[in-house]
Amino acid sequence: MSPVWHAAGAGLRRGWTELRQTFTTGQDVFGYVLWTVLLMVPLFLLKDDPLKGAGISTGAFMLPSMLGMTLAFTGMMTTAQLLATEREDGTLLRAKAVPHGMVGHLVGKIIMVSGTALASMALPFAVGMFLVDGVARQGGGALLTLVWVIPLGLLATLPIGAVIGSLVSSPRTIGLLMLPVMGLVVISGIYFPLSELPEWLRTVGQIFPVYWVGLGLRSALLPADAVAAEIGASWQHLETAGALGAWTVAGLLLAPSVLRRMARRESGAAMAERHRKAMQRVG
Amino acid sequence: MTTTHALSGARTSPPQDGDTVIDVRDLRMRYRSQDVLKGVGFTARRGEVLVLLGPNGAGKTTTIEVLEGFRMRSDGDVTVLGTDPARGDEHWRARLGIVLQSWRDHGKWRVRELLAHLGSYYVPYSTAHMPRPWDVGELLAAVGLTEQADKRVATLSGGQRRRLDVAIGIVGRPELLFLDEPTAGLDPEARNEFHGLVRGLADENTTVLMTTHDLAEAEKLADRILILAGGRIVADGSADELSRQASAEATVRWTLDGRPFEEATAEPTAFVRRLFEEHGDAVGGLEVRRASLEDTYLTMVRELEAAR
Repeated sequence: MSPVWHAAGAGLRRGWTELRQTFTTGQDVFGYVLWTVLLMVPLFLLKDDPLKGAGISTGAFMLPSMLGMTLAFTGMMTTAQLLATEREDGTLLRAKAVPHGMVGHLVGKIIMVSGTALASMALPFAVGMFLVDGVARQGGGALLTLVWVIPLGLLATLPIGAVIGSLVSSPRTIGLLMLPVMGLVVISGIYFPLSELPEWLRTVGQIFPVYWVGLGLRSALLPADAVAAEIGASWQHLETAGALGAWTVAGLLLAPSVLRRMARRESGAAMAERHRKAMQRVG
Repeated sequence: MTTTHALSGARTSPPQDGDTVIDVRDLRMRYRSQDVLKGVGFTARRGEVLVLLGPNGAGKTTTIEVLEGFRMRSDGDVTVLGTDPARGDEHWRARLGIVLQSWRDHGKWRVRELLAHLGSYYVPYSTAHMPRPWDVGELLAAVGLTEQADKRVATLSGGQRRRLDVAIGIVGRPELLFLDEPTAGLDPEARNEFHGLVRGLADENTTVLMTTHDLAEAEKLADRILILAGGRIVADGSADELSRQASAEATVRWTLDGRPFEEATAEPTAFVRRLFEEHGDAVGGLEVRRASLEDTYLTMVRELEAAR
């Protein structure tokens, strides 16, 4: 086995180890539970509010949409956050100091973020099923949609996260990005159908992957009649694959060179400097 | 108690015909319009312990990072383990060990888990002559972390973290080990244990290049000391050789009829002979203190600054 493949194998084990660690760390588990609670509050409030002409409640519309949002957020923001943090604390420099360590680090991060995304979706899904009616009752065919929407959603969002994480100067910058992200949620059809928005905002929302992941999950989990609430009364599977595929291609074209550039600049001196700055901020 | 002598006594000299591990010639580094390194040159042979001294901002870390392949140089020829670090591949990297100053990375990992993981990257580079990586149990014992093996890294004390840093640096059984201020923040006992560890590595023919601000440490560990100041290597030799080069004076103390005297001299032996010729048995409490590395270092840096 070539050293690169060997390092990729080490990265797989690294990803599993980190996943096990996050699920056994109190603070992290609290984070997953808190996220679930935050999602469930509006769901609970609107579980009996009917969605016009769709034959489901607004709560039922929100559940798959919020799962899609969770996936897209984890893919982009968690990846960016982890990368920026691990650049600052020296994890990346360690990876750089061992042979093909960056390969292992990257593979490990993909496993870690994907696993985190699935776990962050599973918990609200399980709880939400008890709160609202009519979700995930369509049987095998519709559920098969999950098999391509979820991996494609991760593929579309992880490289974007990697690019953001490489470009920001410190993990604290990620916090500032949360504001535009909130705006993105409003125009992505998570809490109400995009068809209720003015035409131009709809177009903007349809540029970003959050909308498409949400739409894909709705098509898999909602009854067929619920399609009435969507733009053009269609699940737009082809467009979903196209939009997410485009983000995937763009991300995979851009991310490797941005990551390489970021890694090349890592050195003990650069890290010591960031450490100094972060400490000043704390102290 | 002259510390300079402890060095020659405790150390066997490095192999004379050992091959060259580091060869640096006319290394230059320019940041914007400022020259940080203005032609650094030195070599290191297999199994040697080199200590790089110098004032803050002299470019010690820059020099080490160029050798590690983490930083591109502006000019000069650099060969590390037979390869230009700017073109070093992962095979080359597998033969290097780098001890990084950790901060809070891998906090959730357990000590044993992390060493086993980072060690696993070295498996493809194992040879019959040099089995890689280092067995985790043995390595933990060597750095004195056996009891902490199953603790999370975030719960280690400062000293324990530094020992983990060293363990990570040597897990791949490097032929050449870089340490940038490895003992900063260690208590005297931990420092002493660390010194034993470095000596042990050197005895197994690992070449070591380290920086420190602790001159006693440099004197104790170094086969050769390099002083980097003003962008150049201004001194290169054993602690003994440096004190001769620097014309640092020895201090002679004695009493004459119960009264204390003190004299600084570059020729302590001749001075003491004259002292006895003049006063004979009246001389008492004789003490000759040769220049310590600290005296030598301060003299050299002061001379250099005066010459500017």
